[in-house]
Amino acid sequence: MTAETRYNLREFLAFTGASVLEDEKSVFVGTGLPIIASMLAQKTHAPNLFIVFEAGGLGPLLPELPISVGESRTFHQAIAASTMHDVMSLAQGGYVDFGFLGGAQMDIYGNINTTVIGDHDSPKTRLPGSGGANDVGSFSQRLIIIIANQSKRTFVNKVDFLTTPGYLDGPGARERVGLPKGTGPYRVITQLAVYGFDNETKRLKLISLSPGVSIDEVKENSSFEIIIPDKVETTPEPTDEHLRILHEEIDTAGIVLGK
Amino acid sequence: MEVLKEGKGELLGWHDPDEAREWVLENKSRELKDKTMSAKEAVSKFVHDGDFIASGGFGHIRVSMAIIYEIVKQQKCNLAMAGKTAVHDIDILVGSGCVNKVEAAYCFGHELRGLSPASRRLVQGGQCKVVAETSNAGYQWRWLAGMMGIPFIPSRNLLGTDTGNYSSCKVVNDPFSGKPINLIPAAYPDVAFIHVHRCDIYGNSQIDGILVEDFELSRCARRLIITTEEIVDSEIIRREPWKTSIPFLVVDAVVEVPYGSHPCEMPGMYYYDESHIAEWLNLSRTSEGIDEYLNKYVFSVDNFEDYLELCGGVKKLNYLKRREFLREPMTAPWRKQS
Repeated sequence: MTAETRYNLREFLAFTGASVLEDEKSVFVGTGLPIIASMLAQKTHAPNLFIVFEAGGLGPLLPELPISVGESRTFHQAIAASTMHDVMSLAQGGYVDFGFLGGAQMDIYGNINTTVIGDHDSPKTRLPGSGGANDVGSFSQRLIIIIANQSKRTFVNKVDFLTTPGYLDGPGARERVGLPKGTGPYRVITQLAVYGFDNETKRLKLISLSPGVSIDEVKENSSFEIIIPDKVETTPEPTDEHLRILHEEIDTAGIVLGK
Repeated sequence: MEVLKEGKGELLGWHDPDEAREWVLENKSRELKDKTMSAKEAVSKFVHDGDFIASGGFGHIRVSMAIIYEIVKQQKCNLAMAGKTAVHDIDILVGSGCVNKVEAAYCFGHELRGLSPASRRLVQGGQCKVVAETSNAGYQWRWLAGMMGIPFIPSRNLLGTDTGNYSSCKVVNDPFSGKPINLIPAAYPDVAFIHVHRCDIYGNSQIDGILVEDFELSRCARRLIITTEEIVDSEIIRREPWKTSIPFLVVDAVVEVPYGSHPCEMPGMYYYDESHIAEWLNLSRTSEGIDEYLNKYVFSVDNFEDYLELCGGVKKLNYLKRREFLREPMTAPWRKQS
């Protein structure tokens, strides 16, 4: 993306994330961009998107960006202020359509690491850990993953620590280990492109390129081989109205999106 | 039942269910008695070196900060802590050296504010050990099994991942469906502390808003310290009993601490004190900075009221109330530093 564009990278990712979500579906969201994307979807094409927070907030009308997925904003004008046991049970029982997470590293099958860089017992960088991510990735029917900085260091052959399950080591693996049938990663959104997963191999497959990005750039910024289909589209761009909503109604302090 | 897989994480706070019942029968009184005491008394009575401790609320929300500071003040050590989305509480306790063992679901981060300089540095330096991994549901259901008095609870998370491999769970074949199922072990923390909106002198407690994990945590913890924004007459509790989330018989101590979650949020009352959190995030980059913070806010103050005065007093607290009700704009003073 060039300097002249109307929008910055984070605004673009939030908009692209929102576009994947559908009206009258439920979404289980993690901190940061996933919340912003879900709020934008709710304020545009998906007014009846049912947003679920792990700590107990069910179906809030979010007045501003929550700093935490457990604060009072997450049950502002909600349908219920409940418990983690309730939310996790609803998810395990099949009531959650979309899961929405970020990650530090991801592999070809959409397995994510948010626990540690380096060795677990003598870590180079200790990250927060699973939080609710393993649960969201295990229980949600369709998992959406945002990785803002796709590179050889984030798109890796093997994650240092497999925190949250993607398709594990390939087709049928999730069911073999006992994860709920038919669940798994659905979309991966990065600064360069939007990806899905090949039906047969469960490997990462390109869907659309961000404006101005080439297929070579996508390949150069991955340690593993991404499936490139014959037809590749260009990811749509946010309108001025989307940008206005993002800044005036959601992240008013520019915490995630910048000023 | 054949065990298909076993996590290598340390099993913290598990007891045989009969042993757990016996402990309750011997140690938990059903007497309706006044349990009010000071934070100092509660911590010296119920928190012991080497205990497995758990803090209620979630992240920076509804945290029993008066107890956290008192643990630091009494210099308790070798504590193991539940990293059940523990954020500011665990950062202070790891940073101060009180906690050196963690079972991690989510910790060492402050959500949107970024990673925790203090606890992260101490984990990377080996002074604090992560002895097991789990997820938020993983912890939630450890409490649930504990509360139910059963040895484990079956679940369909943690399977196929390193989070499961480093947990204290076991995987078996479910005798009903024939599919692999994860078994999450029960947990009984030695002591838990939960901050509530109101309770009576016996400990019957009401929480406004989400309960997070506190319904289950309050019932599985061996000892439970309740800190409360206010103590109310028992009549208030009995008038609307459906609001009670914690009954007196699981409570060991009641400590009245208005604004007792500061600098964390108390839903429906006051928002986070972002400038105070920013001060901690900034100072905790070095061990000298941690000492400076603890000397200023913990060791040199006599009580929580003096601490609140030091943090900005009535003016600050009124601002935090307005902010909670969206009458002040969002701020992110920590943003420039990260």
